[in-house]
Amino acid sequence: MRGIPIVIGYSLKESLRRRVFLVVLILTAAFLGLYALGTNEAFQVVESRSLGGPADDPFAVDDRELTGATMFGLSMFGTLFLGAVLAAFLTLGTVRGDAERGLLQPLVVRPIGRSTLLVGRFAAAALVCGLYVVLVHAAALLITWQIGGWIPDRIVGPAVQLAAAMAVIAALSLLGSVFLSSTANGIAVFMVFGAGLVAGLLGQIGEALGSETLMDVAETASWILPFEALYQDGLAAITADSSGFTEFALTLGPFGGAQAAGVFLWPWALAYVALIGGAAVVAFARKDL
Amino acid sequence: MAAAFTTRGLVKRYGPVTALHGVDLDVEEGELVGLLGPNGAGKSTLVKIGCGLVRATAGQTAVCGARAGSPQARASMGYLAEFFRFPGWATADELLILHQRLARSRGGDGERAELLELVGLTDARSRRIETMSKGMQQRLGLAQALVGTPRFLFLDEPTSALDPGGRRTVRGLLEELRTRGVAVLLNSHLLSEVELVCDRVAILSRGSIVAEGRPSELARPRGVEIDVDGGTRLYEGMGRDEVPALVAELVAAEEQVYGVRILETTLEEIYLEAVGDQAG
Repeated sequence: MRGIPIVIGYSLKESLRRRVFLVVLILTAAFLGLYALGTNEAFQVVESRSLGGPADDPFAVDDRELTGATMFGLSMFGTLFLGAVLAAFLTLGTVRGDAERGLLQPLVVRPIGRSTLLVGRFAAAALVCGLYVVLVHAAALLITWQIGGWIPDRIVGPAVQLAAAMAVIAALSLLGSVFLSSTANGIAVFMVFGAGLVAGLLGQIGEALGSETLMDVAETASWILPFEALYQDGLAAITADSSGFTEFALTLGPFGGAQAAGVFLWPWALAYVALIGGAAVVAFARKDL
Repeated sequence: MAAAFTTRGLVKRYGPVTALHGVDLDVEEGELVGLLGPNGAGKSTLVKIGCGLVRATAGQTAVCGARAGSPQARASMGYLAEFFRFPGWATADELLILHQRLARSRGGDGERAELLELVGLTDARSRRIETMSKGMQQRLGLAQALVGTPRFLFLDEPTSALDPGGRRTVRGLLEELRTRGVAVLLNSHLLSEVELVCDRVAILSRGSIVAEGRPSELARPRGVEIDVDGGTRLYEGMGRDEVPALVAELVAAEEQVYGVRILETTLEEIYLEAVGDQAG
């Protein structure tokens, strides 16, 4: 395992030289620019057409909280999506894709071994994508605070959960890369990611309709794909202290599927990454190249 | 000291297809062995099993005394694949630095400079791989295989992309490796090249070794040609042992003898005979 830092360094250098970071930087700036524009517009509109009511009204909605949380929740979704794209593209060709291109063989015949190569690739992807989502999350938070004066109820936890979701997606993509070509694996990872999002959407619909079945389906799916559970838990955390009609109003928006996952989420997410990673290492060790 | 490379009863099956049928092969320390055979004979599979890229179905394979694929085996060997690609964004020097780290070589800058000089790429040290010709990349591949001073080298078609000048460079490199005591298993379709540099050849056909030995041992006499006043006379079926008697006979008959050539089967003829209808 002494070779892991070498593989991480190689992976980071590869991303830097292939201008992955440059492209990501430019597109992220565009995303944040759009987010700032949208947030500014939302706060202005809400301010001009106040949706709230008298402070002593039990049905009053806190406009600032509703707008800030809704926009910031949307930014979390955007951050998750961008991070997932990065995690998938950094890892989707790690084994079979690179082997088909002849890039892998000269590396795996070296004494470092296959498991070291895979763990190094995973660590590099998780590190880059984790750092990326934390930075984008922080930037979105700053934008929301600067424009609307709103900050989420929890700051660090949701950012760390987004970063952990990246590790889950990178692990799934690495496992897929052992069996599938780059294109097939890319499609598979995005479909799995989409399935997680659809499950979240079902939860949102279930919440609005009061359907236990839909909410159960969403919850089960989010545990099968824990990046979704991590995201939902993080989403729930940013409005953890909301109450009253504001809380209800929030569930009608992107927070409908937000679920606090409880104490088992982190142990399960760690075990899940270990299981998926372990399966990838075993499958790679048995693979003819 | 253990042989550089040994296989015993090596079998490899890909589903219903058997690629190797119980292959036994040895490459001794410092020996240069050519592995010949038509496409699909199992040459690359044999090499890949030796490198640990492919798992054998049955049999034993060892590199410098260690089980093929084990960290010890991989630490003592170098490998140039038939189809390979290096990251285009890296320079030649960066690629060698990466492989030095992976191979835990302590050769540093001196080793890289020496290897690049050995393959004629000293001037391309800072050049990005994506700007190099295929031939240059193949020579860089050879330098990469030599990182860490391996005792044994697997070279899978190392000259397939090289022009005649590049092939000569590789031949010189192989001669140099021989003087350094590095053993080589050279997988190549270029029979003339194998004949020129290899101590021994093994011919693989349909997953089995069908001929093995020194080129001179495998060769059979085809006849003797003698240049005399009236032209060249061919004595078919005769060999080296018959030459003195033939010359004496001609001299006794007052013929002027200008030259004698012993004709033997070429490696190409041996090869074609060995692989039969699998050739071409």
